[in-house]
Amino acid sequence: MALPLLYNVRSVAQRPIATLATAVGVGLTVTIFIGALALAAGFGRALRSTGSPDNALVLRKGADSEISSGVSREAVNILRAHPAVAVAADGRPLATADLVVVTTKERRGQPGSSNVTVRGVDPAAIGVRADARIVEGRMFQPGSDEVVVGHRVVSRFARCELGDKIVFGQRSFSVVGHFEAGGAAYESEIWGDAAVLGPALDRDNVFQTVTFRMKDPAGFDALKRELEADPRLQVQLKRESAFYAEQTKLFTRLVTGIGVFITLIMGIGAVFGAANTMYAAIGARTREIATLLVLGFTPGAILISFVFESLLISLLGGVIGCLLALPLNGITTSTTNFQSFSELAFAFQVTPGILLAGLLASGVMGLVGGFLPALKASRQPLAAALRGG
Amino acid sequence: MTPDALLRLLVPLAVLAAIPLSLWAVARLSDRFQRHLALSPVALVFANLSRNKLRTLLTTLSVTVALFLYCALSGVLDTLNESIKVGSMSRLVTRNAISLIFPVPWSYRDRIAAIPGVKRVAVQNWFGGQDPKDPRNFYAQFAVDDEFYRIYANDVEIIEASPPQVAGVVPAGQDPKLAAYFQEQTAAVVGRKLMEKMGWKLGQTVTVNGTIYPGTWEFTIRAVYAAKQKSFGEEVLFFPFRYLDQRGLQGGKRVGIYVLELTDADRAPAVQQQVDDLFRNSAAATRTESEQAFQAGFVSMYGNIPFVLRVISLAMVFAILLVAANTMMMSMRERLAEFGVLKTLGFTDATVFGLVLGEAAVITLGGGVLGALLAKFLIEWSGFNFGGFLPPMTVYWSTVFAGIGIAFLMGAVSGLIPAWQASRLQIVQALRPGD
Repeated sequence: MALPLLYNVRSVAQRPIATLATAVGVGLTVTIFIGALALAAGFGRALRSTGSPDNALVLRKGADSEISSGVSREAVNILRAHPAVAVAADGRPLATADLVVVTTKERRGQPGSSNVTVRGVDPAAIGVRADARIVEGRMFQPGSDEVVVGHRVVSRFARCELGDKIVFGQRSFSVVGHFEAGGAAYESEIWGDAAVLGPALDRDNVFQTVTFRMKDPAGFDALKRELEADPRLQVQLKRESAFYAEQTKLFTRLVTGIGVFITLIMGIGAVFGAANTMYAAIGARTREIATLLVLGFTPGAILISFVFESLLISLLGGVIGCLLALPLNGITTSTTNFQSFSELAFAFQVTPGILLAGLLASGVMGLVGGFLPALKASRQPLAAALRGG
Repeated sequence: MTPDALLRLLVPLAVLAAIPLSLWAVARLSDRFQRHLALSPVALVFANLSRNKLRTLLTTLSVTVALFLYCALSGVLDTLNESIKVGSMSRLVTRNAISLIFPVPWSYRDRIAAIPGVKRVAVQNWFGGQDPKDPRNFYAQFAVDDEFYRIYANDVEIIEASPPQVAGVVPAGQDPKLAAYFQEQTAAVVGRKLMEKMGWKLGQTVTVNGTIYPGTWEFTIRAVYAAKQKSFGEEVLFFPFRYLDQRGLQGGKRVGIYVLELTDADRAPAVQQQVDDLFRNSAAATRTESEQAFQAGFVSMYGNIPFVLRVISLAMVFAILLVAANTMMMSMRERLAEFGVLKTLGFTDATVFGLVLGEAAVITLGGGVLGALLAKFLIEWSGFNFGGFLPPMTVYWSTVFAGIGIAFLMGAVSGLIPAWQASRLQIVQALRPGD
């Protein structure tokens, strides 16, 4: 017969301070674990939400990032005229040849500087990236010395407010708008007209990438084969969404790896704490447990009962950990995306799945920490236990 | 798995296995120790600790774990800070003002060299190639000119070199061991650590796939260097700039950065200003800064990561503090009657206070010293260096001592409440049966 769960709940409630101290120990571990996963998830989301599966991204053969890529003007013209490129209502191809360069900008409100991606786009094809929209000010005028700044850049870098001037090479550009792109990596960029930025940045006849909307996104594989085999182009083709998703791998692996490592080590500490608490709890109830055994509860039932008690404490800790980690959600942080060599701002993403993983981790800590004490409880020598006190 | 890698795996495991053993030995020793000291308070502390050996062990180990992580994370932060201090103040770096991605024209070289106070100008260019077998197996390659080796002569030492094919004279002021390297366009000088990591041999030809400079590039390893300054990475491949120039730059001779050696460090601010003024209105404006500031720029790229690490180490110390305090309180509560007996025997409140506090201190200090030392030796021994981006990770003695200090503080805080409770305990109350 199994022991009623209420027995454990009550006995946990009997020593609130010890329970709470153990639970908070487990909880903090869970918080760190969730924090690391949320960081990785946020970074991943920023990049994964960048780019559409309907768009194709063209890079030079062998290039592993936009900045190391280069596509000649001739190749751009060939691509634009390709029948697979979707056409806007006004008859222009929905294709933009981008100039992507990394510039160094001073940070705002703190010393030091970091890298910001500047993207020269084709103003006529701004519709290719449907999710970008102006939140303040207006779009840059084609052919003018104007730029728009991603809203995440504004808060982190100096001189990006409307009306401020940004100098590239020998030319000064004025900021006329701030834009937003649904949390995508574009929000960490500065956009201007490729035709004006090119000469200013000393990039006249070469673009970094071409992005175009496909008429038939399902025919991507055939299109890829065709364009990559074209000797005039010397390019590789990727789905825009896949290109950005690839960039998340390195960072996600790194952060998840560090997070798991720290959690593992902290978890060992928390497991020791849980084991200590359970040993003490069982030690204080030696006679009580012996009585239960005499009454006919099997050692197995006792084992399960005390593992459950440990689980209860650690799950309480897991809940505390989740609650502590929840405020992290949405906090913006930034780090350098080494694939684009520029800073990417993103928000911690505490998803239900991550919370569940945190609870699971706390459960595992409880099981591991509670097993040996529970085993000890279930194997008490009866006579000694009943006599002693 | 190479024997070396196996060793690297086995030794930490052995050390980890040694911990419980040594603790057991300490426990045995303390038994003997007690017999000598009879009822002195010190003996009592050890007697109490060895009463529930498992609990003492678990608590000590959790403190060990906490201090290990604390010292390891501090080590990361210190290493980040240390990499800012790389380089001498008498060296400047000139790069394109827009960003590092943009090159600087070759023509600037002689104009910079003509500025008073500039002793030498070297060229350094990021190559960004990939290992064709495994693109994720990243290491850095730089194209550098001959002057580079003169500027860094005091930072690196050539430990192995091929003999030159033709007996020749090396350029003035150069290490004669580099003779073979200077004679060959496709030669390379490779760091010792990188050689070990990739299993390369001197004289071997290695292949790199260019990303910025397309094509398959082959280099023959003609010399191996070791860093004399810890901050100079040992996982880098250097090859002659003229090879890159002829094959990769397609006529437009431009370089990534110029490294300037000054006649004396005091002139740095003046030279910095002069260089940037010289090119202010040219096609490519420059930004000149000390080598240190240049490196600091890379660290600043890590964004908030250092702050996050700080928060994590604090959260951890706090979590373990809770564990230790909880244990102390539990063990005290179990021994109420004993404290009553001690007081009946004439132990003062202050002694009882000291007994409990001492017990906490032994646990946290023992665990703390162990964890901090483990971090120091294991991490430095493993030579972890973030894939060559940073100097090898170091845990300073100051961090070790700070860690032990924290452990001591943990002991004080976790022992304080139980100690206070025990010292205030009334004998009658303590000896009352059944609680």
